[in-house]
Amino acid sequence: MTGIFVLEQVLNGLQFGLMLFLLAAGLTLIFGVMDMINLAHGSLYMVGAFLCAWLASKTGSFVYGVLGGVVLTAVFGAVLEVSLLRSLYARDHLSQVLATFALILILNDGVKMIFGADLPLAAPAALDGPVELLPGLMYPAYRLLILAVGFGLALLLYVLVQKTRLGALVRAGASNRTMSSAMGINVARLFTGVFAIGAALCAVAGGLLGPLLAVQVGMGENILILAFVIVVIGGIGSIRGALIGAILVGAIDTLGRTLLQHMFREFLPPQWASAAGPAFASIAVYVFMAVVLVLKPQGLFPVRS
Amino acid sequence: MAPGERGDALARGAVAMTAIVALALPWLLQALALDFYLSFASRIVVYAIAATSLNLVLGYGGMVSLGHAAFVGVGSYVTGILLAEGVTQGGVHLVATVAITAATALVIGAISLRTRGVYFIMITLAFAQMLFYLANSVKGYGGDEGLTVRVRSLLAFGLDLRNGTTLYYVALAVLAASLYAMTRFVPSRLGRAVLALRDDEVRAEALGFPTYRMKLTIFVAGGALAGIAGALSVNLQGYVSPNVLHWTQSGTLLVMVILGGVGSIWGGSIGALVLLLLEEVLAAYTEYWQFWTGWVLLAVVLFARRGLAGLLFDLRTRLVSR
Repeated sequence: MTGIFVLEQVLNGLQFGLMLFLLAAGLTLIFGVMDMINLAHGSLYMVGAFLCAWLASKTGSFVYGVLGGVVLTAVFGAVLEVSLLRSLYARDHLSQVLATFALILILNDGVKMIFGADLPLAAPAALDGPVELLPGLMYPAYRLLILAVGFGLALLLYVLVQKTRLGALVRAGASNRTMSSAMGINVARLFTGVFAIGAALCAVAGGLLGPLLAVQVGMGENILILAFVIVVIGGIGSIRGALIGAILVGAIDTLGRTLLQHMFREFLPPQWASAAGPAFASIAVYVFMAVVLVLKPQGLFPVRS
Repeated sequence: MAPGERGDALARGAVAMTAIVALALPWLLQALALDFYLSFASRIVVYAIAATSLNLVLGYGGMVSLGHAAFVGVGSYVTGILLAEGVTQGGVHLVATVAITAATALVIGAISLRTRGVYFIMITLAFAQMLFYLANSVKGYGGDEGLTVRVRSLLAFGLDLRNGTTLYYVALAVLAASLYAMTRFVPSRLGRAVLALRDDEVRAEALGFPTYRMKLTIFVAGGALAGIAGALSVNLQGYVSPNVLHWTQSGTLLVMVILGGVGSIWGGSIGALVLLLLEEVLAAYTEYWQFWTGWVLLAVVLFARRGLAGLLFDLRTRLVSR
């Protein structure tokens, strides 16, 4: 195990963390502003990935595919919010769990009916090769693109939420919804917008991760849980918390899978090491969350006082 | 008869009918040459036990756990591993399953109950995910491919769970016993205290009830019962895989309880019966049965707020007030 290898894994972890942030950002706002548990958020990620892959194959261009997919998913999210999810805000968490679980079933099979169980999505050919970042450190160009887009969107979102009037409205909604309604903020319209942006971010993550992972039905189910973990670690409704939580979780997951496996190989038989590494990494994420919840029940950056 | 008494008589009649049909089912299926469906019926009963155990935690204890499948999974693995190691005595399986799932529920509950609301949902989910990945990594017992067992539990009096009819009746007996225990529990001292706690925790605490300990007791009892459902499930299928512990399984159990009726004695059973029947019927007609199941569930959320048990209750009220 060399320093180069470790550095490469750190970059991979950062890249995965930034993509997780795109999912967690929408989820934390929905959770924080409307107090809504949306289990179908992972399905938006799946829908986004399928739309990106489908448009990419239609247009023959990865970039047009992803851009178009993001726009369509935002529209889809807004329609979903207005037609169904809006009526669930006033209901208890149990009803929200049941309704959004039903949505997972509907969207999984709906996507399968329209597109089939999976779609191919290849990274643009121009970004196929590796780039030499440091002497001896060759890093895939496509992964660099993901890093750049992730950083750009994280920055944009941070500015949007922390520095603009719109962001102030969203933060006010997250910290006290009733009060912000009373102050004359149209929370309903604000929220359709938040939901559409959240859906668009899901589609960005789905489209960008598509070539690395697979675009297939059910792809949202495991990543959804990671996004929830991030939201809870960071503090519900906090964008800053989601960013830090996402990078921590991305790092724990990626480094655990690769570095731990290397370490286990030193003293375990190979077939055990290859199983124990990923399991340990996956478990570590949840242990981390449980510890945070027990020590700081409101998460690292609590929004509500 | 007063309307209330007539309503009770109607409910008793419905329960008696259900019991008779459930008891006669193996003969009925044989008479109709549908024996194939016996294992499906057993599956419904096993899920009904698991959903009932979650309903105890959720509907009576007021704890929204999104990790209940973990206990079903632990129970399945304990019995499955014992069977794989050649231990076939059902008594050993029962004791080991209850002891280990109860201990797991005690640890998870003791930590999780320090949190509330959404955080409780998430932390129970987190613990279930830990066990899911743990099961995936245990290569010695199948890892992610799951564990297949060739033998089944041997019970007292020479009963062998390899026999489908025996398994069905044993599962039915477990379900009946747990439903009976719940009807006895609700009007008991502890039962009423638990309901008071569910409805207003602050008040219950102010009245001096040991709320944390009470909730933990219910959580552990629910976990142990779910473990028994798991032990039956591995006997039914001869197989256990980490997917039993996946969060979507916990979601399915939650859906069954909400569908049937949260906090109603029959809620878990009705939910398991309806959801599994719905799946089975739809799957016969279309590859996309999940799609239609989803719409039915959505309709229940939007139009039947107290679940199907609530609808039945309304029906009973309407019938007797005519």
